[in-house]
Amino acid sequence: MASHGIRDRVAIVGMGCTKFIENWGASLDDMMIDASNDAYASAGVNKDDVDAYWFGTAQSAMSGIALARALQLQNKPVTRVENYCATGGEALRQAAYALASGAYDLCMVVGAEKVKDTGFQGLNAFPIPNDGTARSLTAAAMYSMIVPAYGKKYGVDESTMRDVLTHIAVKNHFNGARNERAQFRKEISAEMVEKSPKLAGTLGVFDCAGVADGSAAAIVCRAEDAYKYTDKPIFVKALSFIAGNGGGLTDPSYDYTTFPEIAACAIDAYAQAGVTNPRTEVAMAEVHDCFTPTELVLMEDLQFSERGTAWRDVLDGSFDLNGDLPINPDGGLKSFGHPTGASGLRMMFEAFLQLRGEAPADRTVHSFSDSRKLALTHSLGGYPGEMVSFISLLGAEKD
Amino acid sequence: MGTEASRIALRGVDRSLHSGPSAVLFATALPAYADKTNATAIHAALRLPADVPAFDIGASVGSAAGALRMALSTSGDRLYVAADMRTGLAGSADEANGGDAAAALVIGEGDAVVAELIASANVTEEFLDRWRTPGDIRSKVWDDKFSELTYVPAARQAFKNALAAAGLETVDMVGVAAPTARIGAAVAAKLGVAKTIDDLASTIGVTGAAQPALLLCNALEQAEPGQTIAIITCADGAEVIIVRTTPAIAKISPAPSVATQLASGAPVTYGRFLSWRGMVNVEPPRRPEPARTSGTAAARNAEWKFGFVGSRDNETGEIFLPPVRVSADGQRTDQMSPAPMADVEGTIATFTVDRMAYSPSPPIIFAVVDFDGGGRLPIELTDTDLEEVVIGGRVGMTFRRLFTADGIHNYFWKGKMLRG
Repeated sequence: MASHGIRDRVAIVGMGCTKFIENWGASLDDMMIDASNDAYASAGVNKDDVDAYWFGTAQSAMSGIALARALQLQNKPVTRVENYCATGGEALRQAAYALASGAYDLCMVVGAEKVKDTGFQGLNAFPIPNDGTARSLTAAAMYSMIVPAYGKKYGVDESTMRDVLTHIAVKNHFNGARNERAQFRKEISAEMVEKSPKLAGTLGVFDCAGVADGSAAAIVCRAEDAYKYTDKPIFVKALSFIAGNGGGLTDPSYDYTTFPEIAACAIDAYAQAGVTNPRTEVAMAEVHDCFTPTELVLMEDLQFSERGTAWRDVLDGSFDLNGDLPINPDGGLKSFGHPTGASGLRMMFEAFLQLRGEAPADRTVHSFSDSRKLALTHSLGGYPGEMVSFISLLGAEKD
Repeated sequence: MGTEASRIALRGVDRSLHSGPSAVLFATALPAYADKTNATAIHAALRLPADVPAFDIGASVGSAAGALRMALSTSGDRLYVAADMRTGLAGSADEANGGDAAAALVIGEGDAVVAELIASANVTEEFLDRWRTPGDIRSKVWDDKFSELTYVPAARQAFKNALAAAGLETVDMVGVAAPTARIGAAVAAKLGVAKTIDDLASTIGVTGAAQPALLLCNALEQAEPGQTIAIITCADGAEVIIVRTTPAIAKISPAPSVATQLASGAPVTYGRFLSWRGMVNVEPPRRPEPARTSGTAAARNAEWKFGFVGSRDNETGEIFLPPVRVSADGQRTDQMSPAPMADVEGTIATFTVDRMAYSPSPPIIFAVVDFDGGGRLPIELTDTDLEEVVIGGRVGMTFRRLFTADGIHNYFWKGKMLRG
């Protein structure tokens, strides 16, 4: 089995990202138009310059027509992409491979989700007709099962687990408070996290990502063309995707302390990028902090911490904005909410800003160095035992 | 409830002496469906062969008692199931005095028989005691005193006729199923039988269509060989059956027994009871309500959905819930055998409580259950207090209605903590 990757063969040359918010006054089309126009402007290209489009939305629209109609594209190929919460990243992966194949010269990726027109709480998947036997738990409940399992396996008592999860929530909101595009822009205290109403298991409101509407877009081209559009292109080092087969739901050996799909995805991504020690080569990461215990486990699956030690690294502040490996410097899903199709590109937007040195001073990460040059973005979709995983590695320089 | 009672009854039968029912008769005064047969869900959950018919009897208490007599007095192996819920408005006598129950009897011939029908009799009366227009949520009652004055002579006459047919002076035990405990006591007092079986009205309540079979089950659990038992049902007249126990009665001990189930009850708050009954509308979570079950998908997956049958990999022995066609390594297709799991117990690997998901009885308590001998399923727990759920806790499976959408009842299995 081969996974060669396309290290340094494709570059992101422009991006746009709307504010993520419960956007009662804007439609899906409005948000896609705004993100796309910002991306065109960022790359200095016109709509007609783009050869092909990839449009990621989990369930706000169907088919490429939705984007073509919104942007009034003229006879352009538009591929609609859906891959759960990893939809945005997956859309960019497809566009990047089309460029690497030589099929097109300039492509655009648009991710968007209009979540708040349903009138419901949370993210709710379309009901696909079924036999009525599938579980109907919320995602919060499924992920809450990590907390006792992790604590028990690694001997972390309940109170310490609470401190770890609280630290993650406080950290991400601290970062989000410094981001004008974030939905929640207030720092929160540990006390607020711990006193928030419990939703599922031991998880309270502040252990869970919010919900928001939003859109983000990227213009991509082959690396050799990148400097035609910008003097600060971002090079794709790795794009990895794994779709789990649901084995964790039926396999008694699965213990809810790891996400095997993500561990496998990380191995592939690091191999594509030639990374041998992620903890010392990755300078920042945007990860899928749908729930605080998710981020904790991801630190181990992404090889940032040894198994059973991420909780200590969290408490030590390693992943804080001023830590040696800042995680979610833009505030993460916790601060942004999660418009499914857009989140993966929102993460890349933050990497794009940080790698280009364009993030605002108060949330600029200082971990980049000669030996630590990469940004990682990661999305997952599904549940413990049954998930998809997307990882990108990005850098400001070609190797 | 009917399925659960049937499972208990069938478990208690020595399969070397009885090959299983060749028909299912399901009696209730509160059918889940009209037009569609209800007994087929029980049939499916019990995984009975397709050539075993399943019929509904109903929908009245008197019909349930009559069907019991007909099941006992005609030849053939059959499963008689009676289930009922007493619905009543808040504050009503039915609400206070009614109970929900199901009872099942495996009927047949040969050495497994624990009691034989020796006589029956009936006095039929057309009068307004209780009635309910189909679709109504409660029954209405004319006048309890009038009912009593009608039932007592009818029951005495029917009992007398039955004794005559049996050639008996009296019986060892009598059980009276009546629309109220008061009527039951008034009838019992006039029969001259030394022992009256507890009608369970003060514990379970009056259980309508389930009561005749429930009282018979309760009597049989207490009976010794060679005893005669009369069950009298006061419903639109009086129906009497008299059975005599055989030596085999000493060898049967249904688990759990009626007494055990009574002892293991737990309180339910009144507010929760009212919401279960649909008498109080509780604010639902701001989440989509469940979509209706697909009839075609349910039919394709009936072995799983109703029978709780997974698949077992012929080569590795791995068990998959729900069943799959492809092996875990993806290398082999259609090399699986059915793995019936309804009677397999399991252990909780981890669990949680969901305070947001839609449920007719929130919050949902949910556990990842590892079954003895293999197989894992994340599944909802029922009849369970959160305080008693622990990693390592033991769980058995129980057949339930998860929800109803578009008039379609969604039946499937839930886990239930095993106590003791």
